Parts: sequence; C-alpha cells; structure tokens
Amino acid sequence: MIPAAFDYIVPDSLEAAAASLADGGENAKVMAGGHSLLPMMKLRLAQPSVVIDLKRLDSLRQIQADGGALRIGALVTHHQVETSSEVNENCPLLALTAGSIGDPQVRNRGTIGGSVVHGDPAADWPAALLALGAEVTLTSSGGSRSVAAGDFFLGPLTTAAEPNEILTGVSVPVPAAGTRATYRKVKQKASGFAIVGIAVCLRTDGDTCTDVGIGVTGLAGTPFRATAAEDQLRGKALTADAVAAAAAQVAEGVDALGDIHASGEFRSHLARLNTARAIQDALDG
Amino acid sequence: MPVSKLVGTKVKRREDPRLVQGLSHYVDDLRMADVLQVAILRSPHAHARINGIDKGAAQALPGVVSVVNGADIGDSVGSVPCAAANPTLRTPPHPVLAQGEVRYVGEPVAAVVAEDSYTARDALDLIEVDYEPLPAVSDLEKALQPGSPLVHSQWDSNQAFTFECGTGDMDKARAEADVIVKQKFIHQRLAPIPVETRGVVARYFPGEGELTVWSSTQIPHLLRAMLALVLGFPEHRIRVIAPEVGGGFGCKLNVYREEALLAHLAMKLKATVKWIEGRRENMQATIHGRGQVGTVEAAVKKDGTILGVTYDSLLDTGAYHQLLTPGMPPLTGLMISGSYKIPTLKFTSTGGFTNKVATDAYRGAGRPEATLVIERTMDLIARELDMDPVELRRKNFAQPADFPLPVATGLAYDSGNYQAALDKALEMVGYDDLRAEQKRLREEGRYLGIGFSTYVEICAMGPSAALPAGGWESGTVRMDFTGKATVLTGVSPHGQGEETTFAQIVSDDLGIPIEDVAVLHGDTAVVPNGIGTFGSRGISVGGTAVYMATQQVREKAEAIAANVLECSAEDLEFEDGKFSVKGVPDKGITIQEVALQAHVATKLPAGMEPGLQATSVFEPSNFTFPFGTHICVVEVDTHSGEIEIKKYVAVDDCGKVINPMIVDGQVQGGIAQGLGQALLEEVVYDEDGQLVTGSLMDYAVARAEDLPPLEFARTETPSPVNPMGVKGVGEAGTIGSTPSIVNAVVDALAPFGVTHIDMPLKPEKIWRLCQGGTK
Amino acid sequence: MANTTKIEVRVNGVGRTAEVQPRLLLVHYLRDVLGLTGTHIGCETSLCGACTVMVDGAAVKSCTLLAVQVDGCEVQTIESLATDDGLHPIQEAFWDCHGLQCGFCTPGMIMATRQLLQENPSPSEEEIRHGLEGNICRCTGYKHIVDAVQQAAEQMKAGT
Ligand SMILES: Cc1cc2nc3c(=O)[nH]c(=O)nc-3n(C[C@H](O)[C@H](O)[C@H](O)COP(=O)(O)OP(=O)(O)OC[C@H]3O[C@@H](n4cnc5c(N)ncnc54)[C@H](O)[C@@H]3O)c2cc1C
Ligand code: FES
Ligand code: FES
Repeated sequence: MIPAAFDYIVPDSLEAAAASLADGGENAKVMAGGHSLLPMMKLRLAQPSVVIDLKRLDSLRQIQADGGALRIGALVTHHQVETSSEVNENCPLLALTAGSIGDPQVRNRGTIGGSVVHGDPAADWPAALLALGAEVTLTSSGGSRSVAAGDFFLGPLTTAAEPNEILTGVSVPVPAAGTRATYRKVKQKASGFAIVGIAVCLRTDGDTCTDVGIGVTGLAGTPFRATAAEDQLRGKALTADAVAAAAAQVAEGVDALGDIHASGEFRSHLARLNTARAIQDALDG
Repeated sequence: MPVSKLVGTKVKRREDPRLVQGLSHYVDDLRMADVLQVAILRSPHAHARINGIDKGAAQALPGVVSVVNGADIGDSVGSVPCAAANPTLRTPPHPVLAQGEVRYVGEPVAAVVAEDSYTARDALDLIEVDYEPLPAVSDLEKALQPGSPLVHSQWDSNQAFTFECGTGDMDKARAEADVIVKQKFIHQRLAPIPVETRGVVARYFPGEGELTVWSSTQIPHLLRAMLALVLGFPEHRIRVIAPEVGGGFGCKLNVYREEALLAHLAMKLKATVKWIEGRRENMQATIHGRGQVGTVEAAVKKDGTILGVTYDSLLDTGAYHQLLTPGMPPLTGLMISGSYKIPTLKFTSTGGFTNKVATDAYRGAGRPEATLVIERTMDLIARELDMDPVELRRKNFAQPADFPLPVATGLAYDSGNYQAALDKALEMVGYDDLRAEQKRLREEGRYLGIGFSTYVEICAMGPSAALPAGGWESGTVRMDFTGKATVLTGVSPHGQGEETTFAQIVSDDLGIPIEDVAVLHGDTAVVPNGIGTFGSRGISVGGTAVYMATQQVREKAEAIAANVLECSAEDLEFEDGKFSVKGVPDKGITIQEVALQAHVATKLPAGMEPGLQATSVFEPSNFTFPFGTHICVVEVDTHSGEIEIKKYVAVDDCGKVINPMIVDGQVQGGIAQGLGQALLEEVVYDEDGQLVTGSLMDYAVARAEDLPPLEFARTETPSPVNPMGVKGVGEAGTIGSTPSIVNAVVDALAPFGVTHIDMPLKPEKIWRLCQGGTK
Repeated sequence: MANTTKIEVRVNGVGRTAEVQPRLLLVHYLRDVLGLTGTHIGCETSLCGACTVMVDGAAVKSCTLLAVQVDGCEVQTIESLATDDGLHPIQEAFWDCHGLQCGFCTPGMIMATRQLLQENPSPSEEEIRHGLEGNICRCTGYKHIVDAVQQAAEQMKAGT
C-alpha cells in the first residue's frame, strides 16, 4: 500500500520534462494520471527514484479535430474522451472505448497517453487505436517522432517509446462518413480489464466491405491488428459465411495468453466469437 | 399488553447518521497519542524452513523501534486457540510468529514496530530471511494420499480429524432403492472480504497493569478470554473493545495471531501499538470459507421417495486450526437432510492439512455446503426419474404437522411450512408459463433454466451443549434517574442493525420513545458478559436476552408503581409507558417517574433493592430453523458461456420479523454473496501453494451490475424456541441462493447432457460443457 | 527525514498547507494528517472505491493519488456533505432506504453517487448500477443502494 520514497519533479514545460527525464535516466518515470504507475509503486513492483509529474503541461490536455485527424493530447483523461463532443461526432469508437475502461473514478484520472505507453496487454485503448490506424507522437530532448500504432506495441508492458521519450499525443484519422465501428469487451470480472477486446471499424458499399480495421487486445502479450481477418473481408460481400470465415482467422497463429480467468484456448475462442459479433453489431448499429 | 408500535415495522436505523457522515470510528479511525505502527513480514513460501533471519538493517532504520521474530517471542505467548472439540483432532502448535518453519504463504514471520507506518513498511524490505523451501501440498485430495508431503512432520499423515453423524441403515436403503444417484461436489474456497480488513490496536497501561485491545472482531468477550489464556495474563485485567466493525461474515469470529502479537508487543514495549491489515494480507492470512470436497449417494424409489442419503466429505483445513476450523463439517452433516424427510442419513468428514491458510466460518459456515449438496441432489434425482423438481420436493417435504421434526442427523427442527414458501415463490415466478417458455426457446436454440432451492438452515447458535464456547447470550436493560434506558448486549453487531432492533423491542415493552433507548455493545468493560455475533444469533439469542431483561424491568417497575399508587400490581394496567389503576385512568404513574422513584428509593416495596435494571442470560433450548424457497431463472449463452439471470424470486421465512427493512437487507446481502460463490468467487492456489488470487485484481466479488433485480416475499412461521418467535436471518440469503443458481444453469444445459457443474460457474466452464453439442 | 514537498490544498473549503513526503498517498494525507477519517481504505489495488473523494469536482480514488498531485486543488470528502441544516439528500436517502449495513463502503459509495448524479440527474437503474462499478459493497447486495440513489435523484431534482 505504501510506495518507496522518490524525488518529485513538476516541470512547467515539455522541454523541461524531457530534460528531467533525460537526467533521471533509467530510474526516472513520468507520471500522467498515475493510475497504472502508482498501483505498481504501491505494491513496490515499481520503485522509481524520480517521478516527473506532467500535470502542468496543459498543452497536452487538448482534443482537436483538424485536417481529417483527431488529435488527442497525452494527458487527456479517459473521461474527457468519453464525453468530448469532437470525439463523439468524429469518431464515436474512441468514446465507446474510453467508456469501457475501469470505472468512473479511474476514467477521471487515467490518461490515454499513460495507458498507451504503459502497454498493458489487457488495456482497452490499443484495440481501437489499431483498428483506426492511429499514430502516436513522442518527444525527447533529442527531438520528436511519430510511430504508427501497429508498430508501437511490442509486448507486455513494452512499447516503442524509449525510456527518455514522452508521449505527447495520439492522432487518429477521422473515419470517412458512413464508417461503422464498435468495441466489444469481455471483462475480467475482478480487475475489469479486458480478457479480450475487439474493435472493428468497417466501411461498406452496399453489402460489400470496402475497408475494415480490426484491433485485438487481451488475447496475446501484444495487442495487434488482425490483418488476416481483415484481408478476408476487404472487397467481399459481408455474408454470414464471410464474417465467420474472417472471424476464424483472428486468433490464427497467435500465442494466446492463459490464466485462471481464461485459458488461451478460450481466449482465442472469445476473440473469434466477438469478432463475428462485433462485425454484426457494426452492421446492425 | 401494550400495543406493539415499533416491533414489526420499518424503523430507520439509528446507527446510520454517524455512518453516512463518515463520523464513526472503525479501528483505523481511533486517534491516540504516541501510537507505534506495526507491519508484518509474511512468508512468500507455502512451506519452508527458516534457517536464519537478519534483522540488523531493519533495526538500524531511523524510526524503527523494534523488530521481532518467532525466536524473540519463544514461548512467552501461547498457541493461537482452536475451540472446536473433536476426540480425533490433531492440533498443531500455532505460534504468533513462525517458529523455524512456515507452512502457508502469508504466515507471519517477523514484525516491525516503528514510529510511522511508512517507516514500518520500508523496514520490511530490509529484513533478510534465509528460507529453505520444503515440499508443499496444496490440493486437498492429494494431501490425504499416502506419500504426500507432510504439512506437520510430527504426524505420519495430513489427516487432521475425522467426524461422522447420522443414523439408519444405508445398506438396507440401497437394497430397497430403485435408483442410486451419486455425485461428487467441490465447494471452492472463498475469501470473506469484509470491506474493512482486520485491524488491532493494543495499549498497555503499566501503572494500572491493564491491557486494552481494540480489534475489528465479532466476539470481544471470547477474544478477551482467549487472549488471557494465550498471553497468560489475567482476564480481569484485559479489556477488549470492538469499535465500529466494517463487516465480518464470520472471518472476524476468530482469534488471530495478530491480536495476540499486538497485545504482546504492547506489554513488552509498554506502548500503544497498531496494525491494520492490508487487503493482500487479508487474502493470505484471514481465514477462508468452504473448502470441502465430497460425494453424495442417494437411494431413491421410483416414485421419488428418498430412502437414504450419505455424504462423505473432506475438509481442507489449511495448515493450522483457527478457532472453529474443525467445527465446520458438523454443521454440514447436521443439515444434510435439508427440508426433506429422509429416514437414513450418514455423513462423514475427514479434515486434511494443506499448505494454505486455515478455513473456518464464512457466512453460512458449513450449511451452504449441506444445502448445495441436498438441493443439487434433489435435481439429480428428479432428472434421473424424469420428474419435475418441484414435484419431487413436494413429495419429500416435511409437513407442518410434523414439527417439532426429528431428523436423522440428530436434530429436531423447530417449526416450518416449506410448502407454503414454495407455493408463494412458484406463483411469483409464474412457473407453468416458464416451463412452456423454456421449451419454446430451446427450439430456437436458446437455453433457459429454472433452478430451485427449497432450503432450511440452522440458526440462533445455539444451545451451549452444542457449541464450543457457550451458546447463551446476555442482555441488560437499565432505566436511570431520568427515565432513559440503556441496553447492554453481549452480541457484537457489525452491520446487522441491533442498535435499532433491540431498541425497538425495549421501546415497545417499556413504552418509552426509541430515542430514549441506547444500545451499547462491543466493550468488555461496559457489557458484563457475552458471546458475540455469528450464526444468525443476534436477534434470536441476544435479542431474546434483551427481551427477557425488559420484561423483568417492567415487572419491577410495576411493583414500584403499585407501591407508589398504593394498590396491588394486579390492579394496574400498563399502556403507552404509564401504569394506571384499572378503571381509574387518572390515577397513574409514568414509567419514567417509576424510574426516578427506583433511584430515589424512598417509596420502594419493603425489601426491594433500589435501581431499575435487570440482566438476563438466555440459554436457547434449541436452534431455530429458518427456511424458504429461492427460484432463479437464467439464460445461458452457450457460445460465450455467459449466464444472464433473468429473474430471481426469494421467499424467506425467518419467523417473526422485528424490522422488515433490516431483514430485507440481510437477505439481499446474503444473496449477493451466494451469487458470488455460484458465479464469481474462488480462491485459487497453484500446485505449489502459491496464492494466485492474492488481491481483488484476481478475486472477483459481486458489484452492483452483477446483481439482477430481485423479487422478495416472506412467510412467517414463528419459532417456539424463544418468546418472540424469531429465527434469525443473517445467513439465509447466502445459504438459500447458491443452489438455485447452480440448479438453474444445470437445468438450462440439460439438452447438452449436463447433469452437474462445480462452482464458480465461469464462462469457460460453461462453454466447454457445450462443446459436445446437444444430445 | 526523507525529502518533502510543500502543498497547498483546499479541503472541504478550508485552505491547508503541509510539508509532505512525495510518496504520501492522498488518502493518508486526509486521514492521518488532517484527521478526516471518513474516507476509508478497503484495498491496495484501487478496486473497492471506499476511498472515493472528489478532486476539483470529479470523483477519484484517493488511494491512487499522491497528496502532491492535488497541490492547488479543491478536495471534498464525505465530511463536507452534511451542513448545519442537516444531512445531504444522498446521505438522507442512504439512511431512508437502508443503503448501508456495516457502513464501511458508504462514504465512498456516497461520493461516487454524488458524481453520478452530477453527470446524470435522472439515472435509470441500469445506469446507477453501471455508474457505481468502481465501488464494492459486501453487505447490502446493492438493491437498497440503487433505491437510495433513485430517491436522492428525485430529491435533488426537486430541490433545485
Ligand atoms: C482500478 C483500475 C482499473 C483499470 N481498468 C482498466 C481497464 O479496464 N482498461 C484499461 O485499459 N485500463 C484500465 N486501467 C488503467 C488505466 O486506464 C490507467 O489510467 C492507464 O493505463 C494509465 O494511464 P495514467 O495516465 O494513469 O498513466 P500513469 O500511471 O501515470 O503512467 C503509466 C506508465 O506510462 C508512463 N507514462 C505516462 N504518461 C506518459 C507520457 N505522456 N509519456 C511517456 N510515458 C508516460 C509512466 O511513466 C508509466 O510507466 C485501470 C486502472 C485502475 C487503477
Ligand atoms: S482503497 Fe482506494 S479503491 Fe480500495
Ligand atoms: S455496508 Fe458494509 S460494505 Fe457496504
């Protein structure tokens, strides 16, 4: 319940934050909402010697829709995303995803940036970000770069963000008009995290699927985009058989996680089942 | 007789204003000067020898006052007590801190005393323990097999005890039966999880030579007696206080290492010491419930007549016995007959040590196991005979005229009308339509299930002869100078609302406003004696003691009134708090005036002692046997394995009701825990004895969304065991609900050939069972 | 002595300053430094909600915040709800509807309810159950809590 002692820094600017992070080296951690970091510190699974609190970086709290993209600052909370009119108008899938995270108290503090960098394999954000083809932007004292969501998640609690980098925001291409999307989550009953989470983003012309994105979280140590399943659908008529065939691909070749809540076999089944159901939901929705 | 005003009505709880404002005082809220904080180092191993402990670095940390381990304590503190009697019992030493060996994950190894809790926590990381891992056994059935690693090497096996009860000739029953039904049951371990964990503050007063212990306990008086024995310190110099207690569910009906340890540290350091359990400690080191495995065998005639039932079971005791660990199987055995007339019953239990924390009483304590077994068995029989489960139950029910009902387990049920509760529930749920709907939906490939539990439970613990440490309860009612009443009760409520219900009783019978009644509890220096709150005994045993003391107060008041009014007691009537002479309504005296007279003591009848108070110690002649019918209707998604509860109807009979709102609350809360066991909860240890469900991240308890809308009703069959006719309701919901949910799911999956599923009914299990398709 | 940081916080309308260790949890600051013991601790993994308070008007779990994170913020605890005129309508409703038994979860449950009704003054039963998903009550089975939230909603609408 009680974290180990650490030094606490509250930088006033992104540059200062990046400098502090560079100075602090391996033992420095930035803190956004603290809702992944602090639980680990309380259990002493994380014992940073320096905590750099980003709370004064108000520029990272904005949500902006411009140039066909929705830019969400790293410090935007799940609750802000859930209730933002820009998000609900431009990309309701993000609001839906935000609303499925944790509980109201958690959503009031936890941030999209923190969740993405943390890289929890059972987190919700990756599914939607992968399905939508989002990009994240990272800054360090050495400069800035963008990384596609598909290249960002590397393994359990491992992402492409370097220890000296600060994630500044997430950029999501606004789906074309007529895009239908949904997120289905099977909750782990104790923690509320995803046993499996499937985000589907679908564009159709009549019965035919013109484009599709399927993001999968919870199933494996790394959230991923189900490209084989997508390929099965793109350009095809969305018959029940086609949907079933695509869903059958979702867990193919995936090293599924297994624990007391769901074996790998069951997780794989849930991924297939919920992919099919999510596509159907999106079509019905 | 005065008109009953409050008893039987919804009186808002008097404890609530302080609670809703956050102004009450749980152990952690007590503010005292110079309190030292204690943190406990616990074993990460299920079984290991301790070859050495290096406390140097911890002791050197600024702010650390003391670091102690088992060797420091030696034999200055005795063994943590087990009160359950059983001639076959093997009782291992149970030291407050491990002595050379640890036998479960979470076993206390060392304690740090520091000036603040942050320092105490830091110091834990600086203690180095040299553990030599030993083979551990986690699985109960394996533990009882020859060749298993031994939890306690002084014995040649892990057998902790054996127990049996029942009468009749099962061989004969088998021979006469048309059908034999057999089934194995696993009653998974559960964690009680009161939202307030345990906590202890101990303070030693060197001048007075007195020890005060504040503990989040259900049994302050028993704890005091046990501490006296364990510490070798005189009982009359110990005061135990249970302040506000944030739920117990049986897990605080115990005496724990930490209580004795803190008391010891307080005396040794001549200081005030405090320990508040963390949730992970709570999962590791507070008792678990259930943990039984058993096989039932039922011998049945074709027409559904049950000739005999045997249930052979094992109890996972864990590594050490807590207060009542071996006392759980008898409660299962005694109730294995359920609400049915079964001439032959036989129950056996063997306790097995495992490298896990002890099991003990968790809400229901042994009876949920019995109820699940018999209620599931009824459904198994019904399926085997192709009979409606309702018909089968009807056929075997004890009838109202059968009471008091002798049962083959040796009990005599006090009163009951099982049919009436069932009928009411059937009507509420619309049974006939449901079966038709079930049939229709099955044709669409949708799976609806209807599950019954026509339970009976044993409450009002209980006659002293049947309990390890006395089953009576004390109640004192005292009216003071100004006519206010103070009630002292030996029960120790922690959510049950007895500050309200007991005051309702006293207010009615003394004819004074409820605001003028204070109910005090949970302090051995205030309440002369008592046993505590558990086994649904609050109102039926404790409340009865208060009721009887109230009658005695009124009788004395009447004698004083007669003396003051210069008439005989027979000439008086009592109404609305006033004694008046029959036929002369103007000539009277209020009970408050009588109270004043009792203290002024100038107009007392000759030879009468001054004061207006009475203490009653009620010894119940029997248990009580609340009962009811719960019906659960589920729809199972066979693809996802998810279970949706469509409807839940509960008809409970707890005898006379003092406060219907509180009774509803007890039933609802009980159902939430019963549903938790059925669908969500399970303590999981891996094969090596590591606790996998070590926090709420992995151990699921029901949240608001998990509970379906519930429909309630009651029947009211008074108990003849006590003058108010009450039975008790604390555990009914937990005991009654679980089998109805399991039965409903099994019923839903009948087309898949499913006849039984062990709890918790997690989606993966359900999904696997449906993989073979319909039969 | 470990390093400390100065914080200024308004708690229940009163300005407070303190030198605290950065690692001091908000819940410990409230309970142990300020003596506001109505905010409870029921777990270590941010899952029970017993510690729920409001920071700048939003419900949060005070066991999962550092005191230094709320420097400059407005914190409200259960102790702020009742006034000289009596209980807050949510407290009143929990009392009326028997929305509590042992009372340990209650302060957190009431604070979570406060946020819920702030965002949705007329919640359905389903929305109430969903809105309280961050809070565990082991005693009541939640039905009476749902009743209480409904009553509070009615009362608060009538009151405004
Ligand atoms: C009770 C509870 C339930 C939860 N349930 C869910 C759930 O159902 N689904 C789900 O997806 N999540 C869940 N979470 C996690 C929650 O969403 C977290 O808020 C989120 O994962 C982390 O966000 P944060 O802002 O709190 O990050 P922090 O905890 O502050 O940081 C997390 C990690 O990311 C790093 N970091 C943070 N921000 C940045 C940045 N801008 N640049 C670089 N590094 C950064 C930190 O150094 C740290 O290592 C739950 C959390 C709790 C406490
Ligand atoms: S104590 Fe904060 S959520 Fe449990
Ligand atoms: S009232 Fe006891 S936990 Fe909610």
